[in-house]
Amino acid sequence: MSDHHGTHRDVHRAHRLGGLLSREPSVVATGVEVLASALADQAVPVEAVDWRPPPAGTEAALAAVLGAPGHAEANARAVRRMVTARPHLVDVRPARDVLGLEPGTFLHAGPPLEWGRASGPMRGALIGAMLLEGLAETPRGAERRLERGAAVFEPCHHHAAVGPMAGVVSPSMWMLVVEDAEHGGTSYCSLNEGLGKVLRYGAYGPEVIERLAWMGEVLGPALREAVRRHGPVDLMSLIAQALQMGDELHNRNRAATSLLLRELAPALAAAEEVPRARAAEALAFAAGNDHFFLNAGMAAAKACADAARGVPGSSLVVAMARNGTDFGIQVSGTGDRWFTGPAGVPDGLYLGAYGPDDANPDIGDSAITETAGMGGFALAAAPAIVRFVGGEVPDAVAATQRMYEITLAEHPVLQIPLLSFRGTPVGVDVARVVRTGILPVIDTGIAGREPGTGQVGAGLVEPPANVFTDALHALAETV
Amino acid sequence: MRDWVEVRRGGYHDSVTLMRVSRRLSERPGVAGAMVAMGTGLNREMFGRMGFAVPDEAGPDDLVVAIRVEDEGPGGAGLAEAGEALEGLLREASRPPAREGLLGAPAPARTTGSAAARGEATVALLSVPGPHVLPEAMDALDAGLNVMIFSDNVPVAQEIALKEAAARRGLIVMGPDCGTAVVGGAGLGFANAVRPGPVGVVAASGTGAQQLMCLLDAAGAGVSHVLGVGGRDLSPEVSGRSALAALAALDADPATELIVLVSKPPAPQVLDLIREAARRLDTPVVFALPLPGEDDLTRAAEKALRALGRPVPVWPRWTSPRGAAPVSGRALRGLFAGGTLRDEAEMIARDALGRELEARGHRFTDFGDDAYTRGRAHPMIDPTLRLEALRAEAADGGCGVLLLDVVLGHGAEPDPAAALAPAVAAALRDRSDLAVVVSLCGTPADPQDRDRQAVALCEAGADVFASNAQAARHALTLVDGPIAEGTPR
Repeated sequence: MSDHHGTHRDVHRAHRLGGLLSREPSVVATGVEVLASALADQAVPVEAVDWRPPPAGTEAALAAVLGAPGHAEANARAVRRMVTARPHLVDVRPARDVLGLEPGTFLHAGPPLEWGRASGPMRGALIGAMLLEGLAETPRGAERRLERGAAVFEPCHHHAAVGPMAGVVSPSMWMLVVEDAEHGGTSYCSLNEGLGKVLRYGAYGPEVIERLAWMGEVLGPALREAVRRHGPVDLMSLIAQALQMGDELHNRNRAATSLLLRELAPALAAAEEVPRARAAEALAFAAGNDHFFLNAGMAAAKACADAARGVPGSSLVVAMARNGTDFGIQVSGTGDRWFTGPAGVPDGLYLGAYGPDDANPDIGDSAITETAGMGGFALAAAPAIVRFVGGEVPDAVAATQRMYEITLAEHPVLQIPLLSFRGTPVGVDVARVVRTGILPVIDTGIAGREPGTGQVGAGLVEPPANVFTDALHALAETV
Repeated sequence: MRDWVEVRRGGYHDSVTLMRVSRRLSERPGVAGAMVAMGTGLNREMFGRMGFAVPDEAGPDDLVVAIRVEDEGPGGAGLAEAGEALEGLLREASRPPAREGLLGAPAPARTTGSAAARGEATVALLSVPGPHVLPEAMDALDAGLNVMIFSDNVPVAQEIALKEAAARRGLIVMGPDCGTAVVGGAGLGFANAVRPGPVGVVAASGTGAQQLMCLLDAAGAGVSHVLGVGGRDLSPEVSGRSALAALAALDADPATELIVLVSKPPAPQVLDLIREAARRLDTPVVFALPLPGEDDLTRAAEKALRALGRPVPVWPRWTSPRGAAPVSGRALRGLFAGGTLRDEAEMIARDALGRELEARGHRFTDFGDDAYTRGRAHPMIDPTLRLEALRAEAADGGCGVLLLDVVLGHGAEPDPAAALAPAVAAALRDRSDLAVVVSLCGTPADPQDRDRQAVALCEAGADVFASNAQAARHALTLVDGPIAEGTPR
């Protein structure tokens, strides 16, 4: 201890210039090939970069953002908050109570939207929500009232919530309540309705409304009792296990659903407040729906992403969401501002006789899973869905590996066995997206264009490139 | 027992990684205790129990490094070694595993940052267009890599920002517009294959550094490292930020016994700053500057050799048997690829002939200047423009001597004599009154083989010199008679 200062200096002396003059030289070469090959000729280890120029006009903004002192630290801090969040499922409650939703107010997926620009499935879901809430007798009546501006709608993301596909939340729907045990945030997501003709895909027929009513009367209360009896459910732990069991937590949730059921079933069975018949109904419904966990996973991802919000100077993406018309992102260093562009039509496979002509542009808040390092970013972990969404296993591995180029970290908890347990790429960096031109890979369902159709397929989609350049320019103005 | 405690802001690693690092560090011989952990409350208690004093400001987001070594001899080698081991362990911990997974090698990295994450590089060599340099350079610095920026056209404000960022991280930015560096025996950019030796070079001039390293190699001395700093480093704006870092690094380098600083003409106030810093070093510093009253590169090399107690050789030269009979009073035309070699030749000419060089028709052109390289390769890679000029000058009856430089080494043309020797022969064929003098900067170990190049040029009729200063003086005797030979400056 006596010689503290001196020894400190000695250690640093030995490491001057990071050991440049004492270690074996090894070079990263970015740019003209002849310089890299001159090194290879000298038998010096070289890692050559496949560099390509970013879009013209972005040089100054990139230099401003990346040259700002503290930028790297801001990004490290933001992504560290994202990956250290500990989302727990703590309760299940009606939206009217937990979000304070008034009658005639609805939440929807994606960036802000008005009725006039709403796509078919978004309109269908809003019509269904009007019917569910008893604000209209018929679909035509609901549509006319919506056209006249009888309802208020706001993005789920503005209420710490996320909604799959159309993401419509009405006051009587029950919400999963997720708390971040590390950073203290709370996030919400509705209950999953299953597949086929469902509200989130824009269907609003009688069976859809009946199912939603049953979810409000039976499923929601049963889950509430189960969760309260069980105590907080560690969702990150379930997600990590499910990832190693072949889920990527966006288009495949089969393992996660099973794990969640295994976790809650004893508590549900023991809940005296829930009649046995209702407990059995609830268990059967959840067990019959491979996507039952999706909404819990989305709320967990939302909690992780929200933990990373509001770090000045950080270029980390904290939301990617679509409303069926626009694709929008939010960035840690630019507050609640949305950067939007036209939503693309997914590339994928179609159910039955449906084809690309039936597809609506991309829709849903579920890209929050990709935002937090799951979904398309974890494709290599889910060989079972690879053929469904993008070809052969090597394509899935390549997709995940490509995402490491645009992310700030590797997830310390979410590990991919096929990649020697390497963490999933997590934390999309706006600057890296602009620099490389590599866009995030998003797994998605495909909704029918016409209101009332429901799901027509599933596949992959990319955001419009302009949302990242726009966000970069906005961030450059803040530094 | 000696302790080393350091707090690293934002140096996050997960706890399992850090426990493994701590364990492997503790297992090293001579290490009595080690803990590397984030500064959480629980960990701070553990540090306290181990008897380490952790500064109050260390919080849960900060990495705390604490190492205790057993008593040892002077110099703190035990701690230094443990520190080095720590860096290695942390680097290893943050690196993705297995380069090649089950499904083959991943695609090439797309940014300097992701390439840096894949390996254990010590330096990034950037040659992307100037406006795109900053993101790549910041990537490298953030990954703990030094940077050599070969590119030019980097805004000066960005150069300063990068050099300040490097200083904060204890790293160096060589460049922008840095053509030459040699670190640990690896030539970066344009560099000659020289033997290892005691001389460290700090260079704000690429060809100046090459001339020095080749002369030192010819003298059997060789270099430890050559750290380029970029042509603008000694400007008033940049104020020698990298030159000062390079001097300090070479001063601390055990292999470097003497430092030579070579530069294009620096800003006077910056030169004062550098001289002042050089005086404070333990290692002697010799200056080679193309300024009146300063040592040219050859004399600086000679001075360095004498200071090291080594003999000064007769510098290699190859004299053509052609025996041209140049006519006194005709003009000397210097066609250079190296800016510093051009400047040096002009300075020698002015010293010998006084100020009225232009009036006598003497001209010294640098084809490596931006005016000639915009939109095309450097003349050390593409000789076309200079060969055209050679033909044009030979056709000018007023021209008596052509002075050319040829710079060899990694990154340069694979066989410059292949194009130049026939052009020289053609120029001399019909002009018995014309002479060609070549300053040949290279070593026998260069990929182009200096001696083979020299013989080819000599056979074409040129007088060839390894010393640029000697080549310039020889050329002057051919246009202005023996008055210039050995003229004291």
